[in-house]
This record gives sequence, structure tokens and C-alpha cells, in this order.
Amino acid sequence: MCLAVPGKIIAVDPTESLMRPGKVDFGGVVKDVNLCYVPEAKVGDYVIVHVGFALNVIDDAEAARVFEYLREIGEIEKDQAESA
Amino acid sequence: MKYIDEYRDAAAARALAEEIRRITKRSWTIMEICGGQTHAIVKFGLDQLLPPEITLVHGPGCPVCVTPVETLDAACTIAARPEVIFCSFGDMLRVPGSAVDLLRVKAQSGDVRIVYSPTDAVAIARANPDRQVVFFGVGFETTAPANAMAVYAAAQERLDNFSILVSQVTVPPAMIAILSAPHNRVQGFLAAGHVCTVMGFWEYEPIARRFRVPIVVTGFEPIDLLEGILMCVRQLEAGRSDVENQYARAVSQGGNQPAQQLLREVFEIADRNWRGIGVIPRSGLRLREKYRSYDAEQRFAIATAAVARETECISGLVLQGIKKPHECPAFGTRCTPEQPLGATMVSSEGACAAYFRYRGRIASK
Amino acid sequence: MTDPEFHLNCPLPLANHEQVLLAHGGGGRLMQQLLEQVITPAIDNATLQSRHDSAVIEVGGQRFAFTTDSFVVRPLVFNGGDIGKLAVCGTVNDLAMAGARPLFLSLGLIIEEGFAMERLQGIMRSIGSTATAAGVIIVTGDTKVVERGKGDGLYINTAGIGIIEYQQQIAPASIRAGDAIILSGDIGRHGIAIMTQRENLQFETAIASDCAPLHREVAALLNAGIEIHCLRDLTRGGLASALVELAQTAQLGIQIDEHAIAVTPPVRAACEILGLDPLHVANEGRFIAIVPQAHAAAALERLATFGTDYAPALIGQVTTADPGLVTMTSLIGATRIVDMLSGEQLPRIC
Repeated sequence: MCLAVPGKIIAVDPTESLMRPGKVDFGGVVKDVNLCYVPEAKVGDYVIVHVGFALNVIDDAEAARVFEYLREIGEIEKDQAESA
Repeated sequence: MKYIDEYRDAAAARALAEEIRRITKRSWTIMEICGGQTHAIVKFGLDQLLPPEITLVHGPGCPVCVTPVETLDAACTIAARPEVIFCSFGDMLRVPGSAVDLLRVKAQSGDVRIVYSPTDAVAIARANPDRQVVFFGVGFETTAPANAMAVYAAAQERLDNFSILVSQVTVPPAMIAILSAPHNRVQGFLAAGHVCTVMGFWEYEPIARRFRVPIVVTGFEPIDLLEGILMCVRQLEAGRSDVENQYARAVSQGGNQPAQQLLREVFEIADRNWRGIGVIPRSGLRLREKYRSYDAEQRFAIATAAVARETECISGLVLQGIKKPHECPAFGTRCTPEQPLGATMVSSEGACAAYFRYRGRIASK
Repeated sequence: MTDPEFHLNCPLPLANHEQVLLAHGGGGRLMQQLLEQVITPAIDNATLQSRHDSAVIEVGGQRFAFTTDSFVVRPLVFNGGDIGKLAVCGTVNDLAMAGARPLFLSLGLIIEEGFAMERLQGIMRSIGSTATAAGVIIVTGDTKVVERGKGDGLYINTAGIGIIEYQQQIAPASIRAGDAIILSGDIGRHGIAIMTQRENLQFETAIASDCAPLHREVAALLNAGIEIHCLRDLTRGGLASALVELAQTAQLGIQIDEHAIAVTPPVRAACEILGLDPLHVANEGRFIAIVPQAHAAAALERLATFGTDYAPALIGQVTTADPGLVTMTSLIGATRIVDMLSGEQLPRIC
């Protein structure tokens, strides 16, 4: 239902406080995005954007977790293969 | 693109699928709520990586599919008025009302414009003070903050030529309705990650407890979906029914507080009619009294009359996960994207259209 | 909570097509139906049945390709081209896809009353320079002016004649199981350039259309002695619709690999944001060549000399499995069906 895409904040306009407009770079394409719902977000942060509004700042540590888990289960498999 | 490409990695997908296969001992039926997730599952062929014991059924999380026909009729009536600029998200233009769709209104000289954001409609209102600008505010909780902000900004600016046609629905009441239905077969849920970016997942905890179903907040990329399924199966096999968060990079338990605050400011909870399903109590949002003057239905004095016409479409059953699209006798024959019997075949996020486009003929074999 | 009282019948009426819809011109399945049910029955003949971009006709022992195309693009001027450049390239490319050397074009203009003379001059200059660069001569034309409000500014029709100097039968009927499918470059630029400008979805990084004539690429393949079984330019409906059409006409299966299909980062990002599949997005300067597997490497080598930003690539093969069906190995290694677009492509936002 809700197409939302991650992008990197490259500018924040400090003069307009209601919408808090900024610019977000989506893999080389830049669009105007309202940052009013992520008051803590700053330039360099990645945000999830839906219909022109950033909904949350992406937590990079959490983003890496699934890949750490996969490395872990990869190692478990390797250990089992070695002990077999 | 960062946070997209790595979640489409074939080796990681294989490893997760292998892990799901390893831990699955019994048959399970899991529903992904969101149409965007259905789209990703069939587009990437994820269901083919799963063991045969896992059945994915597709939920009602498609605002395009569940917007009632009366609301579409209201949209077409308003859009046909000469003084109106009617703004909508692109995918609503194709969905038929009882007589016409917005594309046809546009072809017959209605000023219908596709916008990317509700605030674009506000900007159009600002630039056209002598015209009435109406935004078609459909959506789930994800879209609600944007729609709320459009109304709030218009009110702040006293933009009296702006109004919004609201068809705003919420997920938890629909989940309760699905779980309460007599033929329910859903044993676990993948909750819609982007809805939860706004609302968090505290609302799901009482549902998981009451109906003893695991609910896993899940993202939209192949790796997200496979990990969400893995977490859900792990709970099912262990007999647990907790709310877990696969999409923690974007979702927190409490959700987005500033967004929820503006939602409460602009909207209040109301009963809503879901196309193909019916009225679900307290499952929608409408403008509060304070903002009611921005309600397009009120401004254009639209009286919505219930339109009911029986067809052989089983989209109500599909949207509740009771039937799969290809189990419908009309699927792919009397019902296709060109000749749809139901909204689930019209919208590209609808389960039937997704099945038709990406695996229709394989599924029907 | 009380009983939700489900009504399990769907209240949608049957869509009937008593009138022509915009989607009938969208290049997808509805357009195919329109052709099959309304257009061709009245005028059917063997040449029309070959379902090729150009008709191949024989006059005095010499084979010619003949084609026509109308252009109704909005906006008239877009990043990377305009309706004039498009009108010349589109017809040149239809001739090229029959393996012909384009020679002569006609030009029909339907202009709306009130259209600015200066804009018309700009578009005419673009037509002239594109034709010169492509080496074709516009030898005849027609101009009509319609009342204000009865046209979208400017419509253009071009027809073209080219000479076929090779003996090969370049047509869907020549496609054989085992053939290689070569894509001439990255996909999706034209459709995204048009849509972002038309629907006010502007991005700050402007995406330019790939609009270009393709006959020199085709000539290079033929001159190198490459056996070409079929060519198809990837206009409306994109790569997906072209492949599905060919699979259905040839009654063979087509199997492609998503990894091999190049999409530039800005086009990809725009597709992600708008919820579009690049496979369905229109191109105006890309084509597929279907050649025997043994000629694939040489064909790739020839095409690479034209220096598109993305190298041409071998994206798949023709098979006997699943006649009429196009299947694709997705990025995560699963198989899915590739289908035509049904109706007009719209941004999928919710």
C-alpha cells in the first residue's frame, strides 16, 4: 500500500518551520522532501520517504543486523560441516 | 541505492529461504497485510523460494483496492465540475466507480492532475485562487500524516479553495475483522512496515494476545520479507504469539510521535466501508469538526448513496485471505486487468493483478 | 468489537469498452485487442499479418520497407528531444527494424489554431537537423490547422521508405529456439523523461530521453555479416511488451535474466520512487536483436563501438519451453513471468 523509499538528506531549509523542507538524494536523483515529522534529522541522515514526507530516520546499526545474522548462521553451518 | 540493493541479494535470499525450510515442520498460513508487500513477493518470485508447507495469503492493505465505489463516484462527480482541479495519486485514476473512472473524466475534459504529494495539491491551490482544488486523500496510516499536513497547512494559510476527499483507513481493525471471520485461516501476520513507521506497533500487542497470533512488523524488500517470514514461522513452530519487529531500521515501538500528534489534531476515528469487504467499525479516519470545512464531500454537497451490484467477484474473500486469486473461477478468464470484475484486479498492487501479471498462467496451470 | 458484517460480493461493474480508452493507445494488451478486433479485420492481408514494425514490399525485384507512425507526445519539448526529433527517429527506427536503409520520409503536421509560430519554427529546425544527421530526405508533406481546442498543440505523422539490401528475412517468423537476445543499451530513459516532465514530478537530476536513430547500429550488424533473425525497437510498453509480442508471434518461449538488463542509477531511482517497473517504461533509442547464439559475441562487439553509456548485453535466449511466454530470473534468483503492460502506465504512489 505504501511505497516508501530510502534516501539521504543533503539539505535542510531552516527558514520554514511548518513543513521543514529539505532535499533528499535517492541514488543520484534529488527531490524536495518535507522533514517536519523527523525534527531530529540532519544532513547526512537516511530517511524513509513516502509521498514527499520523511517518516523516520534509518537506524544503520539495525539495518546491518540481518546480514550479521546471516554471517552467524553461515558460520554455524560451517562449524557443523567441519565437525561432521 | 543504499538500503535497497543489499536487501535484494540473491545469496542472502537463498540463505534465509534455506533457514525457513530447515525450521518448518508443519503447515502454516501467513498473511502479508500490505499490497506493496504482495507486489514485491510476486515480482521477485519470493513465494517460489518457500517450502510447500508455507502458504502466503494476501491482505487488504491496498488503499486503491479498498476505496469504496461511492467514494470513487463522488471523486468523478467532483472532478467533472468545470471550476475544479482534481488532484490524485496516479494509481487511483484507473479504478472504476459505478459508471466511469477518473481517466475517463479527464478524457472528457475534467481537469484531473496526478500529483506526487498532497502538498503539491496545496501548492496548486495557492497558484490558482480562482479555482477549487480538491485532493483525493486515500491511504492507510502511512499516508495519513501527509494528508493531515495538507489540510493543516491549508487551514493555517486560510486557503479556502482547497479541500480533501478523504478515504483514510487503518490496519488494526481490519486485522481484527479478518481474525474474527468464521472462515479465517490466517495463523500469523506480517504487519505493514511503513504503516508502523508512523504508528509503531503497540496497537498490535493486544491483537496478538487476544487471538494468539504472531505478528511480525516487516519491511518491503526481498530480504525483509524472507526474514519476516522466518521470524513468524519460528514463533509458530514454538507456539509463541508475540509482536516482533523485523523492520527495526525504520520502525520503533511507539512510532513517529510528531506525525501521530498531527493525525490526532486533524482526524478522528470513524466507521469505514471497505470495497469488497463492507463496513468495519472504527476502521477509518475523517476530518475533525474544526477542519470539516475542508471536506470536499461537504463543500460540494455530495450525498453518497450505497451502490451494490452483485458480480461473481470474490475479492472480499481474497482480501481476507480466505481464497487465493487463482482459486476464483473468473480469474484470468472473465476477469483480467483489462476487464476487471473487482478492484483487486484493477490496482497493480491488488493481489489478483499481481498474480495475473507475474505468475498468472503458472498459478492457474 | 462487534461482528464486522462482511458483504462478500464485490460491487464493481463489468468494464465494457464501448468507447475507445486512452489505454487503447498505450502499446499494451488493450492496444493489441483493438488491432485484432477492430482495426485489422477490415483491412487484413498477408503483409499486415507479418506484424512487423515496417511492411516489406517487393517492387521490380527490389525489396523496400514502408512504414508510418503518428506522434502525440506531451510535453512537445522534453529533456533530450522534442516531438520533431521523435517523429523523424521513430520512423527511421521502424525502417531500421526491418533491416532497411532509410531513404525518404513524408511529414504531416496537424497544428492547433493559436500555436506559437516560434515554437513551430523550433520544432521544424529539430526535424531538419535530425533528418540531416540520420541521412534521410523529407520529400513530401502536408499541413492542416484545426480549431483551437481540437488538438493538443501539434500532432505529427511521418511515413518512410527504406531499401533492403540484404537477403536475410528479418521478421518474427525467423526466430529460432536457441537464439540469443541482445539488448542494445540501458532501458527506461525516454518514458521517465516524459513522465517526470508531464506529470510535474520533476526531479532535480534531469533524466534525458534516449531518443536517437538506430539504423547505423543495424547497418553495422548487417555489414559485419551477422545473421539477424529479428529486430524490435523498445517503444511504448518497453522491453517487456516487445518481448511478449515476439514470443507470441513466433510461438516460442523467451527466457531473460534481470541481472543482465542495464538501468542507469537515476532511471532506477525514479522508477523506485514512482513505483514503476523499468521493463515497462518506453524507450526511443534502444532495440533488441535476436541472432543465432554463434553470432552473439560478434554482434555485441559491433554494437559496443557505438558507445552508449551502457554496453549492449546478452540478456537471454529463445526456448521451446512455454511457447508465447516470457520468463525472467529475478534479482534474487527466482523465476517470474514478464507480462505486457495493461493500459497506461501511472505512478504507483500509495
